[in-house]
Amino acid sequence: MLVETTINGQTYSADVEPRTLLVHYLRDHLGLTGTNVGCDTSSCGACTIHIGGESVKSCTVLAVQARGAEITTIEGMAGDDGTLHPMQQAFMECHGLQCGYCTPGMVMAATSLLSENPNPTEAEVREGLEGNLCRCTGYHNIVKSVMAAAGSPVTIGAGS
Amino acid sequence: MTAVVGTPRLRKEDPKLLTGEGKYVDDIQVAGQLWMGMVRSPYAHARINSIDTSAAEAADGVAGVYTGPQLAEMGLWIAPLPCAWPVTDDMVNPEHYPTAMDEVHHVGEIVAVVLADSRYGAADAAELVDVDYEPLDAVASIAAARDGSATAHSAHETNKAYHWPLIPDPDALEAAFANATHTVTGEFVQQRLIPAAMEPRGVLAVPSPMGGDVTLYSSTQVPHILKVMIAATTGISEAKLRIVAPAVGGGFGAKLNVNPDEILAVTLANKLGRAVRWTETRSEAAFSTHQGRGQLQKIELAADADGKITGCRVHVDADMGAYMMLITPGVPLLGSFLYTGVYDVPAFGFTCDGYFTNLTPTDAYRGAGRPEASYAIERAMDLLALEVGVGPDEIRRRNYLGGGDHFTDMETASTLVFDSGHYSPNLDAALEMSDYAGLRAEQQRRRDAGDAKQLGIGLCTYVEICGLAPSRALAGLNYGAGGWEHAMVRFLPTGKVEVVSGSTPHGQGHETSWSMIVADKLGIDPDDVTVLHSDTAISPLGLDTYGSRSLSVGGVAISMACDKVIDKAKQIAAHQMEANPDDLDFAGGTFSVKGQPGAELPIQAIAFGAFTAHDLPDGMEPNLQEQVTFDPPNFAFPFGTHVAVTEVDTETGEVELIDYIAIDDCGNQINPLIVEGQVHGGIVQGVAQALYEGASYDDAGNCRNPSLMDYLVPSAMEMPNIKTGFTTTPSTSNPLGVKGVGEAGTIGSAAAVVNAICDALSPYGVTDLEMPATPQRVWNAINGGAS
Repeated sequence: MLVETTINGQTYSADVEPRTLLVHYLRDHLGLTGTNVGCDTSSCGACTIHIGGESVKSCTVLAVQARGAEITTIEGMAGDDGTLHPMQQAFMECHGLQCGYCTPGMVMAATSLLSENPNPTEAEVREGLEGNLCRCTGYHNIVKSVMAAAGSPVTIGAGS
Repeated sequence: MTAVVGTPRLRKEDPKLLTGEGKYVDDIQVAGQLWMGMVRSPYAHARINSIDTSAAEAADGVAGVYTGPQLAEMGLWIAPLPCAWPVTDDMVNPEHYPTAMDEVHHVGEIVAVVLADSRYGAADAAELVDVDYEPLDAVASIAAARDGSATAHSAHETNKAYHWPLIPDPDALEAAFANATHTVTGEFVQQRLIPAAMEPRGVLAVPSPMGGDVTLYSSTQVPHILKVMIAATTGISEAKLRIVAPAVGGGFGAKLNVNPDEILAVTLANKLGRAVRWTETRSEAAFSTHQGRGQLQKIELAADADGKITGCRVHVDADMGAYMMLITPGVPLLGSFLYTGVYDVPAFGFTCDGYFTNLTPTDAYRGAGRPEASYAIERAMDLLALEVGVGPDEIRRRNYLGGGDHFTDMETASTLVFDSGHYSPNLDAALEMSDYAGLRAEQQRRRDAGDAKQLGIGLCTYVEICGLAPSRALAGLNYGAGGWEHAMVRFLPTGKVEVVSGSTPHGQGHETSWSMIVADKLGIDPDDVTVLHSDTAISPLGLDTYGSRSLSVGGVAISMACDKVIDKAKQIAAHQMEANPDDLDFAGGTFSVKGQPGAELPIQAIAFGAFTAHDLPDGMEPNLQEQVTFDPPNFAFPFGTHVAVTEVDTETGEVELIDYIAIDDCGNQINPLIVEGQVHGGIVQGVAQALYEGASYDDAGNCRNPSLMDYLVPSAMEMPNIKTGFTTTPSTSNPLGVKGVGEAGTIGSAAAVVNAICDALSPYGVTDLEMPATPQRVWNAINGGAS
C-alpha cells in the first residue's frame, strides 16, 4: 500500500506491505535508524516518536495508519545548524544517557511530556516516563534532565 | 592546562547518541543482505525425530533453510562453542553446537536456520519449518537437577557438572564452629535474572568480495575475545576475521559471550558470499541470550560472645542451564572469594556444585558471582546482629577488616590480598547522610503507633573484586585467557592525539574518560584526543570490557603509554634544545630547561619533529607513538556502604523504596559524573533483583515471563532519587590508584533492600524473604505463610 507521510518536514512516499510496522518503515525503508526497537510488546518506549506533536510508540502503529501524518523523529529534533534541542542539551548536561539506546525514545517522550505539563514535579516526570525503560541510568539523571529542561535548578556532580 | 581528571566533564559520546546518529548493529544496512530466522525448540528437552523444511524452502524470498546436521555436514565449524573456564579437570561439558543435532536441551535452542531477503520474510519462513519432536523429561530447577530423576542431557548419567572446593584450612574451620558461642545460618535463593540490555543482541556478517575475509558487526562487549573464539570454532583464520562492536546498547555481562548466532552469521556469510544478519526480538532474548544468577546458597557464620566472627562456611548449588557458555561454570567462583565480605574472618570454607538444567544457559550478569556473595554475607550479618542482639551497624563495625581503620595489601581468609580498605569512615558517612538515628526514631514511632506502613532500614557494606585480572591469578583458576589490556598512544603530525584502546565500551563513556587521562598526562586539551576502540582492524590487541576492569587495567595502560610518549619526547626535546634530558621539566604540555627561562618546546612541536624526522637523536625511530600492555599485579577491591529505606505496607505486602543512600569508594576517580551514573544504574539493577525481577519457569522448563510485558524491568516510577557520596581510598594495584565502579551498585543494593524489608518486619518475626520480594511474598511472610 502507498504511504505518504511528512517526516521531520520532508515528504516521503513508499509502497509498503500493509503489515509493516511504522518503526520498521522508518528504519528499514527510510533509513531513519535513530528510532530504536527495544521490545516486541510496546513496553520499552525506545521507539517513541511524535505524530502530530504527541508521543507515540512507533511499534504499535502500522505504517499505513500513519498516512498523511506529520511525524517527528529524533533526527528532526536538533536545529538545522546542529544545535541540540533543549531536551537533548539537558540530557547531555545531566548525564541522562549512558549506552544511548533508550535515549531517542526518552527525549521524544520527555519533550511531549513537557508540552503537556511545562512545569512538572519530580513525581510527575517519573509517572510521565513510565512507558520508557532504561537499563543504564537508574532514571536518576533522566529525571534530572527533564527537570532541567523544564527550567528547574540542577546541580551536576556528586551528592546530588 | 588545568587538570581535568577528577572533575565532572560532559561526555564526548553524547551528541551522536542524542541525535540518532549512533549506529547500533541493526542500524547498519548492507546491499544484498540476508536475514536469518531461527527455528527454535518449543520444548525444554526433546529428541528431534525429523525436520521438514520443504514449505519454508518454497516460500518467497527464501534463500536457504538449514538444519543442524546439514550445517555440520557443510563443515561450518570444527569445534563446539567454547567454554573458556573449565573450572575442574573433570568438569562435564556437553558438546554445544550453534544448532541442535538430534536432541534439544532448552526451550529456544536453535533447531534450524532460514535465510530470507527481509526481516519479516525470515520470521515467516521460520514458522514454516515443521519439526517432529519426541518430548523427554525436563530438568527445570536446581532442585530437580539435584534429585536426578531426570537428566538434562540424555548422553550424561548425572546433572552434576562439577564440584569446586576452596577450604584453605579445614581444621580451623571445623574448630571455629565447634567453639562458637553464636552461629547463624542463611539459606538464600538467587533467582535467575534476564539481563535485558535495552539494545537486543544482533549480528551482521559481511563477506569481503575478495580474499575470503569476513567482517562481523556484533552487539558484543568482547570483539577481541570473540575473534579468537570464532577462529578456534570455525577454523577461519584470525587473519581473515574482523570483528566490530559498533555502538552497543548496554551489555551488563549479557554480551560477553560467543553465541550460536555469531558463529552462524560468520560461517553462512563466508560460505554464501552474502551478508547475513539477525537481531533478536525481546521475547526471543530470554532464550538466545544467557541469563544471570541462578544459585541456591547456604551460608553459616560462627561468632564469639561479642559477635566477632570466627568462621564462615558457604555452599552454593549453581544452575549452569543447558550448556557451558564462555564462563558459565566460573561465575559462582568469581564470588567465592568474597563470601567473607569486608570482615576479618579467621576461618573460611566454600564449596560449589554446578548442575545442568534444561533452561537457558547462565553466565555473567552485572557483578557475576559477586552480587550473590555480597548478598549472602550481608544478609547473614543482619541475622548475626539479631542473634547477638546488637544493631546492624554495630555488628559490621565489630568485624571490619583492620578494625575499620585504613589498611593496604591485607591477606584475607579466602586467600586474596585486598589492595586497600577503610571501612569505618565509609559507614559513618552513610549513617550520617541517611540520618540513620532519625530513621530509627521514625521507625520506632511507627511501631509504637501500630502504623500500617512500617519503616525498614537496611545496611550493606559490600566489597567488590574487580580489575580482572592478574593473568597468573587467572591461571590459578584454570581460566583460559589472560587479564592484561593493551593501549597505544600516538601523536599525529598536527599535534592531536590518537589513543587506541583494547577496552570495548558499551555505555561507560570510555572515550571521555580516556581523553581526560591523556589530556592531563600530555598537557593537551581533552577535545584534541580521539579514542579508537571496538574494531579489531583498528585495535588488534585487547581483552575488552567486563568485570569493572576497563579503567584499572585499560585506563592504566593508556596512562603508562603516555609516560612512554613523554619519555621519548623528552629525548627529542633534549636533543633539539641541546640539553641533558635530566635537566628538562615537563609540565602543561611543554618541555623546559631547568634554570633557563624561555628555553621551552611544546610537545606538539616535538611530535611534528618526530614526524618529519629531520632532526632526531642518532638511531631514534621517527614518529611519536608508544604502546603498553598492562598486566595488573593484583585485583582492585572497591567497597561501599549502602542504606536502603523501605516502607512496607503491612496490609497489602507492597514495598516502596522511599530513599536510597550510597557511599561508594572506588579509589581515585577520573570523571565523577560518569562514576555517579554507574552507581545509579548499578543500584537499580540490584533493587530490581530484590523487588521485581526473576525469570520464572514451569516444571516443563517453559519461561513464563520472557517479554518485557511480564518481566518487570523497573521504570522511573518505581525508583527513588538516589543520594550518592564517596570516600576515596586509592588502590595499591596500579599507579593511578583507581579501582572500578561498573558493578559496585548492583553488588551492594539487593542485600540493602532485603535487609530493609526484613528490618521493617522484624516485629512480625520475619527474618528472611525470598527475592523478588513481591507483595504476595511479603504479605505471606507477615501473615505466617511461606515466603
